[in-house]
Amino acid sequence: MLFKLAFRNILRNRRRSVMSIGAIAVGAIAMVLFGGFVAIIILGVQTDTVRRTGHLAIYRDGYFTFGSGNPAAWGMPGYRDILDMVKQDPVLAPMIEVVTPTVSLFGIAGNFAVEASRTFMGAGVVPGDRDTMRRWNPYHLTYNNAADSGLDGADPTKGVVGTGLARILGLCEALKLGECPPPQAKEKPDSPLATDIADLADSEKAANAEPADTRPHIDLLAATAGGAPNVISMVVTRADRQGVKELDDAMVLMHFDLAQQLLYGRGEKRAIAIVLQLHSTSDMPVAKARIAEVIRAKKLPLEVRDFIEISPFYGQVTGMFGAIFTFIASIMGVIVLFTVVNTMGMSVMERTAEIGTARAIGLRRGGIRRQFLLEGMILGAIGATAGILLGIGIAIIVNRSGLTWLPPGQSAPSPLAVMVDGMWKLHGGIWIGLMLMTTLAALLPANRAARLPVVDALRHV
Amino acid sequence: MTDPTPAVRLDAVEKTYAEEGLRVTALAGITADIPRGRFVMIVGPSGSGKSTLLNLIGCIDRPTSGSVEVAGQKIADLSDDALTDFRARAVGFVFQNFNLFPVLSAFENVEYPLLLLGLSARVRRERTMAMLDQVGLADQAKQRPNQLSGGQKQRVAIARALVKGPSLVLADEPTANLDSANGAAIIELMRSVQRQHDTSFVFSTHDPQLMSHADETFSLRDGRLVGHHVAETV
Repeated sequence: MLFKLAFRNILRNRRRSVMSIGAIAVGAIAMVLFGGFVAIIILGVQTDTVRRTGHLAIYRDGYFTFGSGNPAAWGMPGYRDILDMVKQDPVLAPMIEVVTPTVSLFGIAGNFAVEASRTFMGAGVVPGDRDTMRRWNPYHLTYNNAADSGLDGADPTKGVVGTGLARILGLCEALKLGECPPPQAKEKPDSPLATDIADLADSEKAANAEPADTRPHIDLLAATAGGAPNVISMVVTRADRQGVKELDDAMVLMHFDLAQQLLYGRGEKRAIAIVLQLHSTSDMPVAKARIAEVIRAKKLPLEVRDFIEISPFYGQVTGMFGAIFTFIASIMGVIVLFTVVNTMGMSVMERTAEIGTARAIGLRRGGIRRQFLLEGMILGAIGATAGILLGIGIAIIVNRSGLTWLPPGQSAPSPLAVMVDGMWKLHGGIWIGLMLMTTLAALLPANRAARLPVVDALRHV
Repeated sequence: MTDPTPAVRLDAVEKTYAEEGLRVTALAGITADIPRGRFVMIVGPSGSGKSTLLNLIGCIDRPTSGSVEVAGQKIADLSDDALTDFRARAVGFVFQNFNLFPVLSAFENVEYPLLLLGLSARVRRERTMAMLDQVGLADQAKQRPNQLSGGQKQRVAIARALVKGPSLVLADEPTANLDSANGAAIIELMRSVQRQHDTSFVFSTHDPQLMSHADETFSLRDGRLVGHHVAETV
């Protein structure tokens, strides 16, 4: 009877109830759409980050904090043993998608045929492993990224550069990039550094005595672990646009062997990091804890970092969108709160005599309170359910609309999408949140109704 | 053997209100016993304190001083919830404006007090239908109040007041919103069901024509009891 009475009272003033339900539904729609959009962005950034950096990286202890300025000095000797240890660990093995060594390095990239040079940030990776990492897509997101890394496992001399670096080094036309700068008159080099690098490159080529290669290539100069300068030549197979201009102007991706050769010359070959990509991000805390446990148990001078630490951009993006979502949800919550307070307040005022009658007949104060709370909850349940269903419907239409946009940190447009599948936690949270909000909103008028003196309530016209 | 406890015992009952800083005395030192199983009328002009007295007898208000005892229960001893539960069991109300719940049907309105007593659906249904039949509205059970005439609404209200078998039924000017024919019919009905259920009926009126129906009449003026008349037939 309580439910029947509450439901019929809601239908009593249909226009007012429809307005309240509409306000709640609009709040739910906004939260479903924006929440789904934020989820897609966060998962997109996560996917992109994990494709580049993996989930976890094992470094020499202290590298993450102090070593990035001089990676060569922080190489891990015997890294193959660490690789084997990770691969064979019974806890880690089932979680791992890829485990691969990498080398990070800095230096100067030059195309001395056109007398151009630029500092570069390089990464040496195992091409097959890198290609597998780039295919990681557990959330089934649509991406325009190249499926492969552009490296050749069989030819360590091949590498990829950022489009900005390719243009700076005069490879624009050779790589058919478009937006190429006009040709400039050739000037004699006046920089002693450039002359030195050119001499070094020439001496390296002479030493290798290779036949003339017409493929676009650059020379990379870096300091070895011992501090001596070292130069290698890299064939540029492709230029890939990077999402951040600074990276686009400096990125060199090369074969792991080539990077080792540049960084360690004829010395002992090391890796700067062992990168682990897991099947699922949800396994990351367990995997990280396991690696830390093994490091402690074997007293290895290593540390393990996750991609959230390695790529602060991910944390910044999730934090920013989380804050925006909270802000929007708060505004919607306040609107719902005031709407329901107003609706229930009007209802209490109109039904004061009925409240007095029910109390006179024998309904306790708690019964009156429950009655109005139930009405608020029913309004909330109908509004939240309708809003979530409408929000999902709109999301499906948006997902099929074919609209695109450029997500943060991406180099190519992605489909404008709102996540719907697997969002039951968000949708459930929205539903429960709105129910709590409407119940809270009904509490004040419900208490006012319950506290009305019976005689005064009966006298109310 | 009949229970000697009166349906209502009033002992030096006073009720005052503070209105705009002024103390207004609604009832001043009312002392009276209303016997069980009687059809009692409280009469007096407007502002004489009839409704205030009915509110106290109906346990929906408390006296400023003095004691009110209903069916042997001193209402001052009860908490708000206990007093509410007492009303649910022992007191029925018939209001001048009918006060039916507009969203409930006639059946549901009559059933409502039984829900508060926690009775089973079967018992509720049987009692409700029997009561509606007694007031002549069995065929109107599904109608909402806005589909009933004034007389029919008051019949539903009477059924609602009596369905739980209270020891006391209070009616505050139950015929005030009815035409004279309907008013007379309602008084006849109340008299009839009061006899059948052997319930104590107390109702207020300022219509002297209705006084002939009462077993006992209490007259109020300016908050004071100025007369008590017992019918010769009692």
